[in-house]
Amino acid sequence: MNKARRNPVNIAAAHGILILYTVIALFPVFVILINSFKTRRAIFREPLALPDADSFSTVGYETVFNQGDFFGYFQNSMIVTVASLFFILLFGAMAAFALSEYRFKGNTLMGLYLALGIMIPIRIGTVAILELMVDTGLVNTLWALILVYTAQGLPLAVFILSEFMRQVSDDLKNAGRIDGLSEYTIFFRLVLPLVRPAMATVAVFNMIPIWNDLWFPLILAPAEATKTLTLGSQVFIGQFVTDWNAVLSALGMAILPVMVLYVIFSRQLIRGITSGAVK
Amino acid sequence: MRKPPIRWHILVFLAPAVLVYTAIMIIPLFNTLRLALFDEVDRTRVFVGLDNFRTLFGDPLWSDAFWNALGNNFWFFLIHMLVQNPIGILLAAILSHPRLRFAALYRTAIFVPTILSFVIVGFAWKLILSPIWGIAPGMMDAVGLDAFFLPWLGLEGTALTTLALISVWQFVGIPMMLIYAALLSIPEEILEAGECDGITGAAAFWKIKLPLILPSIGIISILTFVGNFNAFDLIYAAQGALAGPNYSTDILGTFMYRTFFGFQLQLGDPHMGSAIASAMFAIILIGVCIYLFGIQTRMRRYQF
Repeated sequence: MNKARRNPVNIAAAHGILILYTVIALFPVFVILINSFKTRRAIFREPLALPDADSFSTVGYETVFNQGDFFGYFQNSMIVTVASLFFILLFGAMAAFALSEYRFKGNTLMGLYLALGIMIPIRIGTVAILELMVDTGLVNTLWALILVYTAQGLPLAVFILSEFMRQVSDDLKNAGRIDGLSEYTIFFRLVLPLVRPAMATVAVFNMIPIWNDLWFPLILAPAEATKTLTLGSQVFIGQFVTDWNAVLSALGMAILPVMVLYVIFSRQLIRGITSGAVK
Repeated sequence: MRKPPIRWHILVFLAPAVLVYTAIMIIPLFNTLRLALFDEVDRTRVFVGLDNFRTLFGDPLWSDAFWNALGNNFWFFLIHMLVQNPIGILLAAILSHPRLRFAALYRTAIFVPTILSFVIVGFAWKLILSPIWGIAPGMMDAVGLDAFFLPWLGLEGTALTTLALISVWQFVGIPMMLIYAALLSIPEEILEAGECDGITGAAAFWKIKLPLILPSIGIISILTFVGNFNAFDLIYAAQGALAGPNYSTDILGTFMYRTFFGFQLQLGDPHMGSAIASAMFAIILIGVCIYLFGIQTRMRRYQF
């Protein structure tokens, strides 16, 4: 191997740049989290100090729990995200199977039609989506959000999953057919288990934007009972602007579940992105 | 000739996805474009042709706001292209170095801001840059730059650039990951062949790797373009629907939201909102077409 690739100065510089950027990336999160556990005076006197016995306080979190229904918001976000992912994966995989497995008239055209939505953001149609939801009485229900996120996630899901399903061996499926399995059994029993890694990739890709979206909860489901965590913390912080303890704790409350999910799924997410799913 | 039987299972497999996608995405999209041609007179919807667009581009009351939002949006996009993508490429180039220790740790840490919601990011930075709390001024004081501190988010001249940089901070992980993946897919033999010809280090990056990752940079650019031209959340979270100070951070997303949903004294107008949405659709479509036909087809792809 060449010497230039192992030059210690270069290695040190590389680590220097990466550490610097890591600090930039994590610093704001760190500052918010440590200050959410401090008294008001400590927040202002020494914003960069860790909470100690003297300055430790959970008064902010108490306000958050007493004033805002964060548990309800969290539950709404959970329901919306899990249900949307379920429908994206189920419907997406079914359509991807149809497109990759069978030859029929209009196959390519159908693929192109479904792919349109990858580049065109669904937000453009918001005015008509709101009218549709008002007409069908779905406004201020979680179903409105689930339907919108399902429609939003399907194009990319179909695209990625059909790429993967083309790699499933034909022999296996034909063996199943000879054994008299129906097309549905072949799909659910043989093909779905084999594309599980791709399904996981699609799920983590969709999870973050759905969980973090502010636009559709704000427009389609702003009622107190259907607020998601993102919208709930936005409204809560707006009301408590001057109560620094409460604002910092609300931010902390919003950060923690995402961080937990990230710690669980980060390997899957990073592998999904780097495996070249987006080509 | 015998007609082949209808294969119902294909229909069953396709129907749910096609129905949901068509009903919630495609039909509303075209309905929005259609609504832009209507207006409400005496509580009934009347067809007015291109009148809404005439108002949007011709009436100074509307056109000033529209061009302001469009100009701001282009500036927002430009900052992303000039700051986010070079930083992303630099980080990816360093990370893809073989035998770099802790690479996975850096990768995971740098990606953290990308998973946070705009609400968290907007408020966290608002607090940190706030002159009341004093984290930013305090830190600049520590390095002797305190004279340069300004309440950046509160000044008309700097608020938009500051927000764009915050958005860059949040999303730098995405170009980093995509470029990183592209760099890893370059075969070792090519780099070794370059080394035999004496091309190493920075020269290897500029002469061998960069040309090979150009298609990925193209994809990142179009993703950034589409993302920026329907951005809304960060501005709304940090500056509110009025995109203050004095509309200096107004972009198309916030302008459309204010117009169609109404805000404070302004009444919501779904038809003008649709007109703005149609303009956004046209801009995104032009961008995507330029990419698909102008850039992607001309880019040389290398097969390994």
